[in-house]
Amino acid sequence: MLSQVLQLFLAGVAQGCVYALVALGFVLIYKATETVNFAQGDLMMLGAFFGLTASTVLGWPYWATILFAITVMAVVGMMIERIVIRPVLGYPTFTVVMITIGIGYVMRGIVTMVPGWGTETHALPSPFGNAVVRIGGAVLAVEQLAVIAMTAALCALLYVFFRYAKLGVAMQATSQNQLAAYYMGIPVRRVNMLIWGLSAAVAAFGGILLAPVAFVHSNMGFIGLKAFPAAVLGGFGSVPGAIVGGLIIGVVEALAGFYLPEGFKDTAAYVVVLIVLLFMPSGIFGETFHKKV
Amino acid sequence: MRFIFKTDYDQDIRLFQHGGQVFWYGLLVALLIAAPFLVSEYVLSQLHFVCIYSIVGLGLMLLVGYTGQISLGHAAFLAVGAYTEALLQSKGMPFFVSIISAALLSAAVGVIVGLPALRLKGIYLAIATLAFNVIVEEIVTRWESVTGGNQGKHLKAIELFGFRLVGDASFYYLCLALTALSCLALVNLLRSPTGRAFVAIRDSEISASCMGINLAKYKTMSFALSAALTGVGGALYAHKVAFITPEQFTLLTSIELVTIVIIGGIGSLHGAVLGAAFIIVLPQLISIGKDWLPAAVASQSGLQSIVFGLVLIAFIIFEPLGLYGRWLKIRSYFQLFPFYRAGTFRRQKSYMRSERLR
Repeated sequence: MLSQVLQLFLAGVAQGCVYALVALGFVLIYKATETVNFAQGDLMMLGAFFGLTASTVLGWPYWATILFAITVMAVVGMMIERIVIRPVLGYPTFTVVMITIGIGYVMRGIVTMVPGWGTETHALPSPFGNAVVRIGGAVLAVEQLAVIAMTAALCALLYVFFRYAKLGVAMQATSQNQLAAYYMGIPVRRVNMLIWGLSAAVAAFGGILLAPVAFVHSNMGFIGLKAFPAAVLGGFGSVPGAIVGGLIIGVVEALAGFYLPEGFKDTAAYVVVLIVLLFMPSGIFGETFHKKV
Repeated sequence: MRFIFKTDYDQDIRLFQHGGQVFWYGLLVALLIAAPFLVSEYVLSQLHFVCIYSIVGLGLMLLVGYTGQISLGHAAFLAVGAYTEALLQSKGMPFFVSIISAALLSAAVGVIVGLPALRLKGIYLAIATLAFNVIVEEIVTRWESVTGGNQGKHLKAIELFGFRLVGDASFYYLCLALTALSCLALVNLLRSPTGRAFVAIRDSEISASCMGINLAKYKTMSFALSAALTGVGGALYAHKVAFITPEQFTLLTSIELVTIVIIGGIGSLHGAVLGAAFIIVLPQLISIGKDWLPAAVASQSGLQSIVFGLVLIAFIIFEPLGLYGRWLKIRSYFQLFPFYRAGTFRRQKSYMRSERLR
């Protein structure tokens, strides 16, 4: 019984890590530019496809695949910001949300057109295979443990980056107050572009982690929709909140899929988020400011 | 250039501001009534969809364009309307009863969604409605005894006053009448204190509540009215396609419905109708455009998705006022000729309009 719960819990945490990475992308962009990027899931999908190409067509090792996907997606993210998002800077939030939805459509369409990608489902081999570890009675997949470990490593890296690197501090400053950051000599627009790049890179990392579990296909990005509840749960403007939110959603989903009747697995995340929003309108870690009239 | 001399306060709230409007709208109505005799069957069938989407677009415009509340879950109301209609029809209810029930039930669901909206703003509301959409879709799929689940549900032709509406033309007149009624109802609503209250809430919730507008009441009302119109649209949609399954009411449908409002032009009833027409015409334009593209590109299934996305992006960047805004610009260009200036309609950018500060 206990081992079963542990097993489910681990599976949930592993899945939650992917949600957390996508939610992290939302939060980074939201904090910096006050826009919600509905194409985050599609960025993840695109990253997974680049990983797929590097791994199967070019035959690169796993670590090189990850680096390749992250680099390419960082460039893609920056290009999106420069071409599409910057012209609408300062427009109402909803307008920008619609534009990111449009970006999502375009990316999904483009992916189906690329030869070798198309509309089929692809499998991205994982270096961890199907190995398992037995702890007590629980059977834990190495792959899931690896996903958790890599997410933790990325989070630590991001923490160090935001805490100590000059660029990381500049990004924090930009997301707190653009005008003040501008007065301090931070090139706000360039930093925003870099934040988009960072966010897309994080999404690509999530996509590669997800690929062995969920396969790579053009509608993979819809998994990213589950990251909304994660981000909302943590309060949209909080980086640790996004990670905790993602893990909660992942675990809730895993438990709901096992203990509740069929159909609850896919909706559990949304039910949780509705309940949370009903009682805490700005999420668990959400910060509330009050508008001065 | 037309000058309107106002000699009476009633002139401000008249349905038609001047004789020109009476003439042009009259002409439009005459053309629409004559349409079944003028156009081919295929075009008429597309006109059904334009009418249905217009009704839904009008409902969404009331919520998004006039009350300023975001909804990414309107496909759920569409589903409620469609399934209510299908269910009541199979129980042998007359059309009048079933379509009014569809509207009322959607409105009731709208109130339920509107309640969290009282506390949520901006993106949180969008995500709450998105979550609601996903949940409703799942309920529709799983509640097989009522909705038929993935097997879908068939609908018969409408019976009205003992006549069966079998032909395309008769269904067209029904849709047209309901569209016209919805338009008229909304025009009247927006001229009334209720409509003014909606607009006040959109422009600033704080100042609206300072002027004594009950935010809770009006926001819920807006959700209910919007949902009711969408429910009517859903009922007609169910009859039009005659076979409904849960896949027709997904999040993507919701997004398509919001696109109607964005492309048409936020904050204008004309925009809702123009946007609906555009969304229906776009796939036709794409299939026409395919003839000029190289075969390798044209045969791809992703083309429609790309064009849809690009059109959406292009509209927001280059024409934030939508199709109706474009028409206003063209009209004032000719009215003011040669004095039109590009800056007339320029929107002011508001940098850092922060939502975190509230």
